[in-house]
Amino acid sequence: MLHATEVLGAEAYDVAGNFVGRVKELFIEPADQPNRVARVLLGRGQYRPLIAKYDQIASVAPGKMNLTTDESALELYHPNEAWLAVRKDLLDQQIIDTSGRKVVRVNDIDFNEQRTNGNVEMRVTHVDVGLPGAVRRLLQGIMPPEAIRKIQEKLPTRTIRWEFVNLIESDPLRRVKLRMTSQKLASMHPADLADIMEELSPAERQSIVDSLDEETAADAIAELDKRLQTQVVEKLDPEKAADIIEEMRPDEAADLLARLSPEASNEIMDEMPTREAAEVKELLRFEADTAGGMMNTELVIVAEDATRGEVVDYIRFHEVPLDQLDNVALVNRDAVLTGTVRLARLLLADSEQQVSELTAESLLFVHPDAKDHEVFELFDKYNLRSLTVVDRSTRPVGMITVDDVVSHMRARL
Amino acid sequence: MTYVELVTTFGKWKERWSVFARRTRALRRRLAVILAVVGPGIITSNVDNDAGGITTYTLAGSQFGYKLLWVLIPLTIALYVSEEMCARMGVVTGKGLSDLIREEFGFRSTFFVMAAALLVDLGNTVAEFAGVAASMEIFGVTKYISVPLAAIVVWILVVRGTYRSVEKIFLIACAFYLSYVVSAFFAKPDWLLAAKETVVPSFNLQKDYLLMFIGLVGTTIAPWQFFYLQAGFVEKRVAAKQYKHARLDVLVGSISCMAIVFFVIVCTAATLHAHGMTNISSAKEAALALAPLAGKWASFLFAFGLLNASLFAASILPLSTAHVICEGLGFEAGIDRKIPEAPIFYGLYGGLIVAGGAIILIPHAPLFKILLLSQVANGVWLPIVLIFILLLVNRRDLMGEYVNSLSFNIVAWFISIAMIVITLLSVFAPTGAG
Repeated sequence: MLHATEVLGAEAYDVAGNFVGRVKELFIEPADQPNRVARVLLGRGQYRPLIAKYDQIASVAPGKMNLTTDESALELYHPNEAWLAVRKDLLDQQIIDTSGRKVVRVNDIDFNEQRTNGNVEMRVTHVDVGLPGAVRRLLQGIMPPEAIRKIQEKLPTRTIRWEFVNLIESDPLRRVKLRMTSQKLASMHPADLADIMEELSPAERQSIVDSLDEETAADAIAELDKRLQTQVVEKLDPEKAADIIEEMRPDEAADLLARLSPEASNEIMDEMPTREAAEVKELLRFEADTAGGMMNTELVIVAEDATRGEVVDYIRFHEVPLDQLDNVALVNRDAVLTGTVRLARLLLADSEQQVSELTAESLLFVHPDAKDHEVFELFDKYNLRSLTVVDRSTRPVGMITVDDVVSHMRARL
Repeated sequence: MTYVELVTTFGKWKERWSVFARRTRALRRRLAVILAVVGPGIITSNVDNDAGGITTYTLAGSQFGYKLLWVLIPLTIALYVSEEMCARMGVVTGKGLSDLIREEFGFRSTFFVMAAALLVDLGNTVAEFAGVAASMEIFGVTKYISVPLAAIVVWILVVRGTYRSVEKIFLIACAFYLSYVVSAFFAKPDWLLAAKETVVPSFNLQKDYLLMFIGLVGTTIAPWQFFYLQAGFVEKRVAAKQYKHARLDVLVGSISCMAIVFFVIVCTAATLHAHGMTNISSAKEAALALAPLAGKWASFLFAFGLLNASLFAASILPLSTAHVICEGLGFEAGIDRKIPEAPIFYGLYGGLIVAGGAIILIPHAPLFKILLLSQVANGVWLPIVLIFILLLVNRRDLMGEYVNSLSFNIVAWFISIAMIVITLLSVFAPTGAG
């Protein structure tokens, strides 16, 4: 195993044993191979630096590199944005550890030497974020490499496999050139992703939102700290912001839009499809600390004389978001709320059974202008997991679920 | 009044209130936006008036009366200019100062800056606990009780708190500095003369005067405060478009810090200096000497101010140091994390408090030498930090349109070089001002 610190600054010799220059930088070409050191930059003092390709390297050891060719076979160096520079882009920079789900700072890079016919390739295996890397960085060039290796053997290691490393690059063009995708990020839980975004600088945060698909971005933004939510959304262009907000639950979307400046939120709502925009506008009328401000308008309303089978078909065909679905509201012919049915009861019922026979014992509801503490009390008293919100003529208009209650209570702490 | 009338009146008032609430919504929102940013600048500048600072100002007032007051205006400008750069960096890049040093200057530079931070801040922490011990002794409490108690209070404050709650406590501590304003009024100073000496510079070349001048400058700008200030804005997640508010926070902080210095000097000048007590050697002595001259309350408030300043700085210094070191070297940090999540952070924080407190409790500890040494370390460290700041704040790739303008750069470099020269002078010509 080799470390970037040991290779950077190494003396490079050509096939005849003549000194060529010192290793200044190692480049990876992600478009070609995601973990191979494809090119090595050799500095030569006042002369133009040279580039050795991976197949021109005969051997690498701490402090020394031998080439397979003559100096004249090496190309001159031209900077290339599509190359990932180990020293400049990785060392000392922050990366996202997608398996440990946090932001860490790179101390060193570990390489594996892979011998192929006549040359040796350096492959990145791990990123060192622990003490051994730190000690190496500190002592490199002051003590001989063997002595440093002895010291670091005794230290606890902390490394991250290269597959789990997600680089942070705030320049979108460079991201494309480096073939950076958000697959690793999208596979994380939105809450973890939000925690990570909170640790980064504004530009880096923005770059992550840019690289995610709308749905993942919406989930992650919904989990962000309130102040950061508005910062992130205000920096997006209205079209992209609308695409993301559309994917959010209407109550979350309304909360977010309410905190933006009126101009910004109008601009975004103009870009949203009319139906979603209308839903959100409806919610925006309510103060944040009332039942109306807590509720979600995505609810399933069915006629009280429907059968269980009909209700299930309705849910299936209307592509109701299932994550938040806890119960179904029943209404009579005047659209007045007559009861609610828990999903669990619906699950066990017979297909022909009338849903009105499955309702909970007592009919509970609140009006949109009820204060949030009244809602909390109802949830506590009746051990609710969801509560229907009705208008003045007792028609269901929304639903408050227990997760709304939890987040509003936390916000009050 | 009948019941119905009562209800209608109540209804009317409720209606009026909601109209008022609706009309002022925009105003309240604006105020909330400003208040959300305020904090780091005010706290950092005030914590600058720590035990060592108060001592120096006390000595300046008792030795030279109102003569050194003119230094405060240029010092306010220097404080503002240097702090503003850090605030700007924090707001624009969203990264702490040690983060930036690490990313732009590599591991080794960072390591040495951090090692220096640890050493210097340990010395400073000792000084703060010495301040706690001295002020509590005025109230008749032995240091063997007051110092461990203070250490425990400081530890609990941070370990049990969140960033927001701790910041509120710190802001209240800032308000307690007003005790110096009150004791200055008790001292019945010659306000007219004080005002004149503040505006009209009166330089003289006496050796003692020069030494005190250097001490005053050296104690006002401490290197660690830049790290704390920048981290404060980063942790509050102030966005670049709120930069104006951040700048205002720094400005108010610098001015209020210097206002307190003004009142400390005025208080001691009007009492101690006016009565010929020019050879006072510590803040404790000054507080005790105040009692017969300006009354028990002035003395009490003066001692209370010292206690507040020392405790305040003793909570922030170790915290800031642990933060800076962990951030730079890549360990988990922050009081919003639990102890097992950030062992090194809490280890450093606890270690500094324990070591700082323990050194004070050693009988016959060479406190004076420790304080002197910490000031020397401060002086050596300051130039390095200031140069890092100036290099970073001029990087267009980091700061974009927020880089220093040419004229600002001239002012900033001039002030930094002046600060460096004066601080180095203070190191090599110790004033004993602590």
